[in-house]
Amino acid sequence: MQFMLLFSRQGKLRLQKWYVPLSDKERKKISRDLVQTILARKPKMCSFLEWRDLKIVYKRYASLYFCCAVEDQDNELITLEIIHRYVELLDKYFGSVCELDIIFNFEKAYFILDEFLLGGEAQETSKKNVLKAIEQADLLQECTFPV
Amino acid sequence: MPAVSKGDGMRGLAVFISDIRNCKSKEAEIKRINKELANIRSKFKGDKALDGYSKKKYVCKLLFIFLLGHDIDFGHMEAVNLLSSNKYTEKQIGYLFISVLVNSNSELIRLINNAIKNDLSSRNPTFMCLALHCIANVGSREMAEAFAGEIPRILVAGDTMDSVKQSAALCLLRLYKASPDLVLMGEWTSRVVHLLNDQHMGVVTAAISLITCLSSKNPDEFKTCVSLAVSRLSRIVSSASTDLQDYTYYFVPAPWLSCKLLRLLQCYPPPEDGAVKGRLVECLETILNKAQEPPKSKKVQHSNAKNAILFEAISLIIHYDSEPNLLVRACNQLGQFLQHRETNLRYLALESMCTLASSEFSHEAVKTHIETVINALKTERDVSVRQRAADLLYAMCDRSNAKQIVAEMLSYLETADYSIREEMVLKVAILAEKYAVDYSWYVDTILNLIRIAGDYVSEEVWYRVIQIVINRDDVQGYAAKTVFEALQAPACHENMVKVGGYILGEFGNLIAGDPRSSPLVQFNLLHSKFHLCSVPTRALLLSAYIKFINLFPETKATIQEVLRSDSQIRNSDVELQQRAVEYLKLSSIASTDVLATVLEEMPPFPERESSILAKLKKKKGPGAVSVELEDGKERGELNGGGDRGGDASTPSPSADLLGLRSTAPVSGTTPSAGSLLVDVFSEAGPSATSAGVNDDGFLSSAPPTVASEDPAPPLPESDELLNKFVCKNNGVLFENQLLQIGIKSEYRQNLGRMYLFYGNKTSVQFVSFNTTVSCPGELQSHILQLEPLVEGGAQVQQVINIECLTDFIDAPLLNIKFRYGGALQNISLKLPVTINKFFQPTEMAAADFFQRWKQLSQPQQEAQKIFKASHGMDTEVLKAKLLGLGTALLENVDPNPENYVCAGVIQTKAQQVGCLLRLEPNAQAQVHTHKCILLDSRLIMCHQCKSILNSC
Repeated sequence: MQFMLLFSRQGKLRLQKWYVPLSDKERKKISRDLVQTILARKPKMCSFLEWRDLKIVYKRYASLYFCCAVEDQDNELITLEIIHRYVELLDKYFGSVCELDIIFNFEKAYFILDEFLLGGEAQETSKKNVLKAIEQADLLQECTFPV
Repeated sequence: MPAVSKGDGMRGLAVFISDIRNCKSKEAEIKRINKELANIRSKFKGDKALDGYSKKKYVCKLLFIFLLGHDIDFGHMEAVNLLSSNKYTEKQIGYLFISVLVNSNSELIRLINNAIKNDLSSRNPTFMCLALHCIANVGSREMAEAFAGEIPRILVAGDTMDSVKQSAALCLLRLYKASPDLVLMGEWTSRVVHLLNDQHMGVVTAAISLITCLSSKNPDEFKTCVSLAVSRLSRIVSSASTDLQDYTYYFVPAPWLSCKLLRLLQCYPPPEDGAVKGRLVECLETILNKAQEPPKSKKVQHSNAKNAILFEAISLIIHYDSEPNLLVRACNQLGQFLQHRETNLRYLALESMCTLASSEFSHEAVKTHIETVINALKTERDVSVRQRAADLLYAMCDRSNAKQIVAEMLSYLETADYSIREEMVLKVAILAEKYAVDYSWYVDTILNLIRIAGDYVSEEVWYRVIQIVINRDDVQGYAAKTVFEALQAPACHENMVKVGGYILGEFGNLIAGDPRSSPLVQFNLLHSKFHLCSVPTRALLLSAYIKFINLFPETKATIQEVLRSDSQIRNSDVELQQRAVEYLKLSSIASTDVLATVLEEMPPFPERESSILAKLKKKKGPGAVSVELEDGKERGELNGGGDRGGDASTPSPSADLLGLRSTAPVSGTTPSAGSLLVDVFSEAGPSATSAGVNDDGFLSSAPPTVASEDPAPPLPESDELLNKFVCKNNGVLFENQLLQIGIKSEYRQNLGRMYLFYGNKTSVQFVSFNTTVSCPGELQSHILQLEPLVEGGAQVQQVINIECLTDFIDAPLLNIKFRYGGALQNISLKLPVTINKFFQPTEMAAADFFQRWKQLSQPQQEAQKIFKASHGMDTEVLKAKLLGLGTALLENVDPNPENYVCAGVIQTKAQQVGCLLRLEPNAQAQVHTHKCILLDSRLIMCHQCKSILNSC
């Protein structure tokens, strides 16, 4: 996977994760173009599209669009389920997640994503294991360690 | 504001986010942000040391501001400080900030790497993971340098926790992708491969991404992974849906891992070991079977996961391309998806079938779905799905169904989305040509294309139809009739006028017998379109008119009238005016014989790769068609200004790709640039009035002199003669017992003037003395004719003007014919015009020179040659040679005083090409190394320079 974007129906970026080195300018341009392209699509359309030399896989959950860019040989359907699993993780962690949770706790959304995907590849697909790792981290929050 | 659900809240941050959300306008938001930035800055700069919590909170605010899309130029140091905090939460935020906002400040990187190093050696798995996540997120070269040695050790160590192994595997993958040279697996290879056997599914899932990437780059070193992958896959595929506990996803066991295992196997050919292969085929069959079973859940996640595995298995089956049974089964199962209610599945089925269509085993099976695919093209609501359907129709097309598919694609074109029209047009044109059995169908198809989607018909397409009509005399009459009919439409596309003008100009006589298409009717029809057309089309029509005068003498008066009108002969466009003037003159003074020779029918075009196919390949990249481009990206536009006849039309191994006209008569025309259609259509230069070669579209390129004898082939020694003049402009060009030819030439920019002195060495006069020059299309020449008599002992002078339009290889040929005592003398020589004559010397400083030298190091930009110093190593001689080459000899530029460096710009009409040279004499070996660098990627120039260097 090359990158993942979460954005609202109004086109506001809520989360961006880049797995390939790109300049800030390129990232902004890509996000702008892609958000526009996807928002222009109708609801019943296919979840995949060719975009530049990448494949875009996206799905809308309530007010949020989840969008992944994968390489040509990558599997679209399994990417769609990557998105779904991430949504499930957020949902379980926040308890019926909504856009506001991701806005106000954006750092948590990033932490959960890092446990699930690393370098653009699935690190741990078991929901239990990912949540266990996050909960452990939460338990450590205020612990002080000897340096 | 929702209550923060877990962990510690940062109240200040939540308030700030709320404030931003409440901003009514962009301006208000920016104002609020600037206020916050000022506040944070003062806190960071203040005298009071901030506690960890405040630092964390402010760093988090900065992060939020950055993610909103604003620039952040401070706070990095505070974030780095957080990394070494002894509170987990502070460390975590520090790492997040660094991951999102990496800064290449080297001092910071040293500090960050230090913090990471500490965490990696902390033995605390949570800290280790944080550090590994940070490396994987940043993935910079500096991090690879610091950690690429350490991470493989962590990955394979027996006491590493599973979660750390997972992070380490993917961290290594990221570093390998960014800096493969720094990640050396070596001794770890086998232990990494054995992670495929790990007890922990999560470890296998993470490790397999790394192994797949490494295998695709070094398949031999990792080939033991094949049997391990097969047995792992086999265990998953045969497991019950509950066996794998939390790795089962909506009743599908380990879908991610299954897909990745199947992908890994695609890095390799089918397993050689019979047992392994048998087991794998069994797995693939099981996957195909399971896909047919009734679903265990109605959730889309269940079917997606199951089908993800199915599609990946089909990819592997296609990759092997050796199991006819599996290929056909795959095709049938995809066929069921073609009408599935899920758009996603229809899309993917069309996409996968496209690759199945190219396998000989499944091509026929794919073809059985033609009706469904055509229906998809017509009825799918989503353009991306229709695009896939069009691709599949293109892929499944063969001789048996071409007419149907082309017809469907044509009718789709009428309503097709603008975004895909041009590609559709190219595809229709290619299929029509590739599978044309009778050429009248081909002509009809292309004319329909122009009618339906004229704006999207590129030049390549209509050039091609003309090439084919010219080369096949069985279709010429039909083509003339059809364009004539097409032109009768009240509104027709300009491309139709172009094709019509060209074809009627050549073959209008074939339909002139019918009074409904008599010569005058044809002419009036063409001329009725004239005023609506652009200048290039009008120029083409004028040429068609002069051809008409030759074909139909009865139209002469009418056409001369048109040419004579002020709107032609005084047209403000110089090209149109010139054509009108010249054609009028030609038609008035030339005899019928001369006219017939000059306006002869075009000779057949040489065989070459379809330019349309080249264009499609360029558009779609090598994957779109079965033939690879050598370097698609480097190419200029096919018909771009200076590129005529260059690389785009080089006969490549694929020239016969379409196998179309392999039986068509090929004339003896050489495949030089001058005979390409692209050149034929190019605009004639301003001084094209030559008795030698006329560059104009309709005139055949054979020298239309009245001479009855063909020019002799060039003298065998003429190449040698050519070399003699590379570095000098004056001297004796030729001498035999009868004749001596001296030459003096001068060049300025892209223009050259040559004085030839013909000396009659005998005491008898030469009669019918006649000289002609024939140029390659890249040069234009103008020659002043001589008197046909040269008295004994006399010398006559002739001036030749040369213009270099673009880079060229072949020198112009000079042909001299005369009679000496009744015997015909026929001599052909190469005129010493080489590309370096158009050099403009360029002075530049050392720094400038070497900067450019280094920039231009693409293989296609340079030519290097080591050659014997046949002219000795004398400094002054070499200097004189290099100056004679036309470049500037740069003093005090090369650090080695033995070397010579030169710079110059080759001036052609179409473009200017910078050129840098370096000559390194090696006195001991008596050889020079000569390297030439061009500011241009075209090999043609490099080759040219190589041959010039040769003669220095």
